[in-house]
Amino acid sequence: MTMQTNVRRKGMTRKQKRLTIIAGLAVVLAIATSLVLVALRDQIVFFYSPSDVVAREVAAGQPIRLGGLVKEASWTRQGQQNTFTITDGGMEVVAHYNGILPDLFREGQGVVAEGSMNGDGEFTATNVLAKHDENYIPKEVVDALKAQGEWRPEAGGQ
Amino acid sequence: MSIELGHFSLILAFAISLVSAFGGLLLWRRGERLALVLGQAAVLQFVLVGVAFLALVQAFVVSDFSLALAANHSHSLKPLIYKISGVWGNHEGSMLLWILILVLFGALVAAFGRRLPSDLASLVLGTQSLLVAAFAGFTLLTSNPFERLAVPPLEGADLNPILQDIGLAIHPPLLYAGYVGFSICFSFAVAALISGRIDQAWARWVRPWTMLSWVFLTLGIAMGSYWAYYELGWGGWWFWDPVENASFMPWLAGTALLHSALVMEKRNALKIWTIFLAIITFSLSLLGTFLVRSGILTSVHTFASDPTRGLVILSILAILIGGAFLLFAMRAPMLRQGGLFAPISREGALILNNLFLATAVGAVLVGTLYPLVLDALTGTTISVGAPFFDFTFGALMAPLLLVLPFGPLLAWKRADLVAAGQRLMGMAALAVFLTVLISALGGVSISLAPLGLLLGFWVSLGSVAELIERAKLGRIPLGESLRRLAGLPRSIWSTAIGHLGLGLTVLGIVSVSAWETEIVTTLNPGETTELAGYSIAFDSFEQIPGPNYLADTGIFTVTAPGGGMARLDAERRIYVASGTPTTEAAIQTYGLSQLYLQLGEPLDDTHVIRVWHKPYILLIWIGCLVMSGAGILSLTDRRLRLGAPQRARKAAPEAAS
Repeated sequence: MTMQTNVRRKGMTRKQKRLTIIAGLAVVLAIATSLVLVALRDQIVFFYSPSDVVAREVAAGQPIRLGGLVKEASWTRQGQQNTFTITDGGMEVVAHYNGILPDLFREGQGVVAEGSMNGDGEFTATNVLAKHDENYIPKEVVDALKAQGEWRPEAGGQ
Repeated sequence: MSIELGHFSLILAFAISLVSAFGGLLLWRRGERLALVLGQAAVLQFVLVGVAFLALVQAFVVSDFSLALAANHSHSLKPLIYKISGVWGNHEGSMLLWILILVLFGALVAAFGRRLPSDLASLVLGTQSLLVAAFAGFTLLTSNPFERLAVPPLEGADLNPILQDIGLAIHPPLLYAGYVGFSICFSFAVAALISGRIDQAWARWVRPWTMLSWVFLTLGIAMGSYWAYYELGWGGWWFWDPVENASFMPWLAGTALLHSALVMEKRNALKIWTIFLAIITFSLSLLGTFLVRSGILTSVHTFASDPTRGLVILSILAILIGGAFLLFAMRAPMLRQGGLFAPISREGALILNNLFLATAVGAVLVGTLYPLVLDALTGTTISVGAPFFDFTFGALMAPLLLVLPFGPLLAWKRADLVAAGQRLMGMAALAVFLTVLISALGGVSISLAPLGLLLGFWVSLGSVAELIERAKLGRIPLGESLRRLAGLPRSIWSTAIGHLGLGLTVLGIVSVSAWETEIVTTLNPGETTELAGYSIAFDSFEQIPGPNYLADTGIFTVTAPGGGMARLDAERRIYVASGTPTTEAAIQTYGLSQLYLQLGEPLDDTHVIRVWHKPYILLIWIGCLVMSGAGILSLTDRRLRLGAPQRARKAAPEAAS
């Protein structure tokens, strides 16, 4: 800092000092707000049931969460490559997942998979979530099943 | 019998807290006698809730299944430690633990705050009692942990197996101590607003409590992160899960509060903001409790929740927080602002810190609550995942980390930025050199990795710059330097160490994000695979029974690049009582790095295994430990100056003036 700026700084009035600080705060806040808005537009992931996926024609490659029940007798596995069908009673979507499925992944139980649709109308999961509680069905899945009239509380759920 | 005793104790504590709350908040001008009585009442509340808690522990330890809670959440075969930790592995018990810590902090204020001015002490203890009354009332009326069963079952339903871990014994108590500790800051803020006593002395009383809570919260979050890392078996240590955010927001706000209270203590400035932060920090703790307890969020973590009671907690939340903010709105405009300062000064730097931290809280809050709001308004279900938080939080933290090393080098009131920059030149050069070297050796897998590394090294090295500077290391004989170092005030040490800890955590995060490698493969016993220079041999597959589970165990031999051999046991357990399966990953530590091995379900005698190599991952948690250590160091310093009653005597009249 040169002498001149030192002098100038000393010469700042109380009001100027406060204004400098407030202007700084406003700039940072404005930047932060725009960051959040941009991120909210681009980075959020929609949750869809198989019926939504079919009805909305979700674009291939768009990251989504797909939730429903694992269809009975649909799970096959070759090595670490898993294929299973997610259903909400109305529609169903075939899902592929390369990796180790969670402990409580079971046919007939609720599941939420993260990933995207591929070009062939099938789902490629990058992550499969199932909570570590045998009675648990994610809230989103419950809602999706209710929407399809497939919700049977006695079959699971809280 | 002891269960009824516990129940009765809790009711009595509730009644006393109710009386204390009204006594303290209405009669606070009555002087010494009232403060003394309220102090005794605070200790009594602690004793009574302690009795209630012990009664519950006893019922779990002896497996008394006539207690509904024990019947639903315990099992006679469980090891003792999990019987005890199982007390708070459920909604009702964890509420009681919450109250226990609340009254513990009240009793601590009564014990260590004897030299507080009597009006302030009465108000603080009164507010604290109000919180106790709210939560004890809530527990007694809606979540009574002492409910009996008319027909006790022969065996309990067992605790969720994933909670049968040493983590449950440590993580919730630490986290709660942090969450609830901020209640003291809240009570102090409310007391300050009512009494109008908002000065430097106030900041000096509040800061140790903030620091103590912050240390607990830091340890609690770090412990929770490590627990999720080894227990969930996904190899992740932070998921930006709503439940994690619920604990992270008070941490960010508490960190901001620590720094703003410093300005208030030293310079009598930022008063309104500091009071506001104290209220916000505890409000975020309460919000976290609500989010976690209400079960309205989908989380990867396991915890006790009960959606039916969410509304009651929300009402308590609205009344307490709303009341505090109403008080704030009424009283804050009357505060006179204190010391003036130039934008380039220690105060200015601390404001910048607060600005970035507070904005980060805002960003995390938006990301956490946005799905709830959108769902309520439009019915669209979305999730705001890691990309949102990585982007916004990262963008906010980068500038904060960049300016951080300057802060401690700036003088109060008016400072010379160029001079501070010159003192940091050497460290900046070293940070650039290390970053270039590591990027060259490790390869740049993601484009932001060098920037992250640079910030990590910059913060770590920049934090110790002042120590080296003050010790004149290298310019005078070593012995003399060491003597100088030893003579430095603890506040300088704790600042440097705290910031160093942050730098280490950043380095760990960057390293794992950029250079982590993994493979997923099918393996038969006898076969071998390789990852990051480690050779992983699948030796055998066995069934090994545990105390209350059966484990399918894959036994592996890992040969390190250096030649060291280690045996790893990765398990898939089936718990007998509930039939629940869990995965126990095998983790082997090499220096600061870890190899993480997960075993999948067997299919036709072959097994899917997933192996991660996590370079320098331990730095993440070591950094948190270092930060907490710095906090504790700072507390020992404070204690000498005001915690101990003899010394505080001097502070009291000064404050009264």
